[in-house]
Amino acid sequence: MNDEPVVVASDVRMSYGDTQVLHGVDFTVAPGEVSCIIGPSGSGKSTFLRCVNGLEPVLGGSLRVLGEQVGYSLRDGKYHPWTPKRFAAFRMRIGMVFQRFNLFAHQSALENVACAPVHVCGVRGEKARELAMEHLSQVGLADHAHKRPHQLSGGQQQRVAIARALAMNPTLMLFDEPTSALDPELVDEVLEVMKKLALDGMTMVVVTHEIGFAREVGDTLTFFDEGVVVEQGTPAELLADCKQPRTRAFLSSVL
Amino acid sequence: MRTEPITDPSGKPVLIARTWHWGRWLAGLVALLVCGWLVALVVANPRLDWGAVLDYLFDPLILSGILVTIEISILATVLGLVLGVFLAVMRLSLNPVLQWLATLYIWFFRGTPVLVQLIFWYNLAFLFPELILKIPFTMIGLKWDTNQVMTGFTSAMLGLGLNLAAYFAETVRAGIQAVDRGQTEAAYALGMTPGKRMRVIVLPQALRIIIPPTGNEFISMLKTTSLVYVVAGHDLMTNASQIYKSNNLIMELLIVASLWYMLMTAIATFLQSRLERRFGSDAVRLVRGGGLAARVLPRQPKPEGT
Repeated sequence: MNDEPVVVASDVRMSYGDTQVLHGVDFTVAPGEVSCIIGPSGSGKSTFLRCVNGLEPVLGGSLRVLGEQVGYSLRDGKYHPWTPKRFAAFRMRIGMVFQRFNLFAHQSALENVACAPVHVCGVRGEKARELAMEHLSQVGLADHAHKRPHQLSGGQQQRVAIARALAMNPTLMLFDEPTSALDPELVDEVLEVMKKLALDGMTMVVVTHEIGFAREVGDTLTFFDEGVVVEQGTPAELLADCKQPRTRAFLSSVL
Repeated sequence: MRTEPITDPSGKPVLIARTWHWGRWLAGLVALLVCGWLVALVVANPRLDWGAVLDYLFDPLILSGILVTIEISILATVLGLVLGVFLAVMRLSLNPVLQWLATLYIWFFRGTPVLVQLIFWYNLAFLFPELILKIPFTMIGLKWDTNQVMTGFTSAMLGLGLNLAAYFAETVRAGIQAVDRGQTEAAYALGMTPGKRMRVIVLPQALRIIIPPTGNEFISMLKTTSLVYVVAGHDLMTNASQIYKSNNLIMELLIVASLWYMLMTAIATFLQSRLERRFGSDAVRLVRGGGLAARVLPRQPKPEGT
């Protein structure tokens, strides 16, 4: 097995216009690792996650994901920016789950899951349907295959979104606050699916407010604040005994 | 309104009195009287020959004019819709030149009266006596006499179609922009290219917003075709005017034309409401019927309880 890290960020900087959001992030994810990111809102944790699959452009530093400099290919001694097609090929290997689910509103759950295999990979007919059903069963929603997103609860929608991302057989899964938009009683069903995924050995980066999930499933826990990594360690270490006052202040407010 | 009697504290049911809305009755009566009087003024006018209206209602010239009107309306609308989608995508593209050109087009065609555009196309021969389509630097190609190509019919179709495209582009753009940005992000995250995202995810959803105004555009197009009268396009209005120029029954023939326009509009309105119902509830099935996902995925049973 290749032990090269899946994500290597060093001094990653990013800004929206004049507002700098990331002030030099250093961050590494090893294969098979479940890496949880916590931090107050506006700390840049979601932005960083979106940089990882190229939804936001990195403006400084180096970000290598799956062995590639995100957004650039080295050729003739220079980094050449990617074409939209190249970006698409890169993102096929990375699954992403959004806070607001973002299921395709005009498609049934089954079509949502089959959409990328059909339109991106060219899988056809009965095979596409079987694969999609398989992924829906994995998240326990085979019975709801023909429902539209608006007919599903938030928790069910998010599970479909996870199945949709898994349908592309990604090497890396990114979760952007996957339970933040859910009613409290629906959070657990989504966390259960994620837990199962982690046990299966998926490499995951999870931006979350669920400290319990981080403690139970996470291999590392990273605290973001004001666009930098403030502190990092195993969840047990960080939650029991953090060194930085900012981490302590944040943890005492959420625990 | 309540009709069930109220049981009062003694246990006896008491009937509810009827309310007489005197104000409403009076206002309705006055409005009816005024309208009836105005209609009677026209209908009972001794100078109006209703027999002539009936005679010309099914005149062959009028009937052929109706056909031309419908033809021009449909062709111009199709031209406008196709071109409008292209213009909208150009306006939203990242290429500043395309963006700017689309904006210019929309500004130009919305900024000049349709009547002026129609007359311009009809008289194109003044600028280009011949239309030549050939491979550059060779002698291989086709040549037409402009006056033969730019008949009343083609100039009407071009003028109305190009004009509609400018308006429709704005409708499509609004529809595309109304689709949640999260849909685009999810499509990209799954590995779609910008073009695929537009075709598979955004346009089918934008259609739900675009369809209702499209019906309106067609309905108003049916009537705008009457402008074709200035370039003698042999449509309903042109033919009606030809008749009244020869026999001076102006009012009678305007009534004949109006009756037909009203009938066509009524039919188009009915079709539009059908179309809207189809797109409104079960949003984009019609589009998906031709889409790749529907062809690739086997038919699915209707979900229960919906």
